[in-house]
Amino acid sequence: MLFHSEPNPDFNPTPDQIQDEVKAWQDWMEGIGAQGKLKNPGEALGFEGKTIHADGTITDGPYAEVKEIVGGFIIVSAESIEEATQLGNGCPALSNGGKVEVRDIMVFDEM
Amino acid sequence: MDDEQLSEIFKSEYSNLIAVLSNYYGLTDLQLAEDIVSDTFLKAMKSWSHKGIPKFPKAWLRKVAQNLLNEHYRRKKIYDEKITPEIRAKNHQINFIEITDKIIEDSQLQMIFVLCDPDLNRESQLCLALRILCGFSIEEIARALLSNKETVNKKIYRAKKIIKERDQIEMNLTSDQYISRLDNVLRVIYLLFNEGYYSSVDEENIRYEICWEAMRLSLFLSEQKKFPKQKIYALIALMCFHASRIDARTSGENGDLLYQEQDKRKWNSALIQKGMKYLKLSAAGDIVSKYHLEAAIAYWHTRDNDGKWNNILQLYNKLLTIEYSPIIAMNRTYALAQTNSIVEAIQEALKLELKNNPHYFCLLAELYRMNNNIEKEIEYLNVAIEFANKKNEKELIKHRLEKANRLKT
Repeated sequence: MLFHSEPNPDFNPTPDQIQDEVKAWQDWMEGIGAQGKLKNPGEALGFEGKTIHADGTITDGPYAEVKEIVGGFIIVSAESIEEATQLGNGCPALSNGGKVEVRDIMVFDEM
Repeated sequence: MDDEQLSEIFKSEYSNLIAVLSNYYGLTDLQLAEDIVSDTFLKAMKSWSHKGIPKFPKAWLRKVAQNLLNEHYRRKKIYDEKITPEIRAKNHQINFIEITDKIIEDSQLQMIFVLCDPDLNRESQLCLALRILCGFSIEEIARALLSNKETVNKKIYRAKKIIKERDQIEMNLTSDQYISRLDNVLRVIYLLFNEGYYSSVDEENIRYEICWEAMRLSLFLSEQKKFPKQKIYALIALMCFHASRIDARTSGENGDLLYQEQDKRKWNSALIQKGMKYLKLSAAGDIVSKYHLEAAIAYWHTRDNDGKWNNILQLYNKLLTIEYSPIIAMNRTYALAQTNSIVEAIQEALKLELKNNPHYFCLLAELYRMNNNIEKEIEYLNVAIEFANKKNEKELIKHRLEKANRLKT
């Protein structure tokens, strides 16, 4: 599950807002964990970075399109994309105008 | 870790980190210190959301703030060397700092004294103290001071500018300067407390948090070796006595209860005990400050024996000779009514002519009520309600008006 959100440099959260945000994420992730489906709590990504282009140029920032920035990810185990999408419901990224992208991890058992 | 603690941690670490960073940098960069702390908090929000709250959240925040500061320095160094070698500072030493409790304590103390600059006006001092010393957000300050975000921002901006224009020297106050500034620092803490205690913000949390913050700051000061303690102790005693009545005061259904309406059993006896302890401590030595007198008045208010009001009246008389204020004179008339005569009290009160002050008209109404003059009581309550601009206050007066009208018919 990839979380997309738009960074807002002017956002100065108050202690209460930080607390609410942290709690919302914890509750959501715990909900998945409680079902035994949180495979990996993943990582939160910063908003700084560089992008290397095919022609060798390097630009600042992760992407030209800020809305597409991946802010973090987790790995869940589910029987199907549909089930994983269900788990993605209620993700706090959605309440801040962000997006949740649910993708399958390719598994090749026979190898 | 429960939720309550988390926002508390951010609040206290805000002021701790700002104090350390700006102490290290010099106050010219108060803004930079604030930026670094904001950045740290944003990082915490993201990381903790994902990875859970670390085992030692304070240490985590300090470490990250430290790293951000060091990072800033590294960049600044590159910038100075590559882009502006000609204006490179001669003495360019990077001292990476380790944020420890000791450093925090020293920096906070220094911060309190620098921010309580006697040249700043009352409102700016309050805003700045709430923001930098108590870690309140701009929104919270605006709500607490019944103002709006823009105004608070402007006040803080201007105050910071004034402080910035001061010389670096300010950061290294001598012990004499510390002592001579102590009075102003105590005044700011006293203002903070009063703002929390008397201002009727709809949200009680904010209101009383300010009271506790004021008490925290003065307790912190009392633990420092640098100063004479008597006034600090007296101020703590005063705040303890007042704070002991907070629960009783807010227990009314129709807004705050007046002193004489409160259920004494709801007074917090632990705080009263604490107040008495500090009042005793404050009596060592021969200083009698206005805090001593006000603390003694507040002490007598918690008692119920004979001679109570006479003592209060004497203390008010003394207080007026130290610092005349029409508000104190106004409060004195109530003691006068309790000891001498109500008619005399009314005469004295009428002399004051505190225009536009709702409390003044409420007091007049109360004195007339005591004198069984319902007509006048209603008249003054009606004037009081005109000038009351806080919701709680209006409710309270309305309630009294209804009561008086019922009695009249």
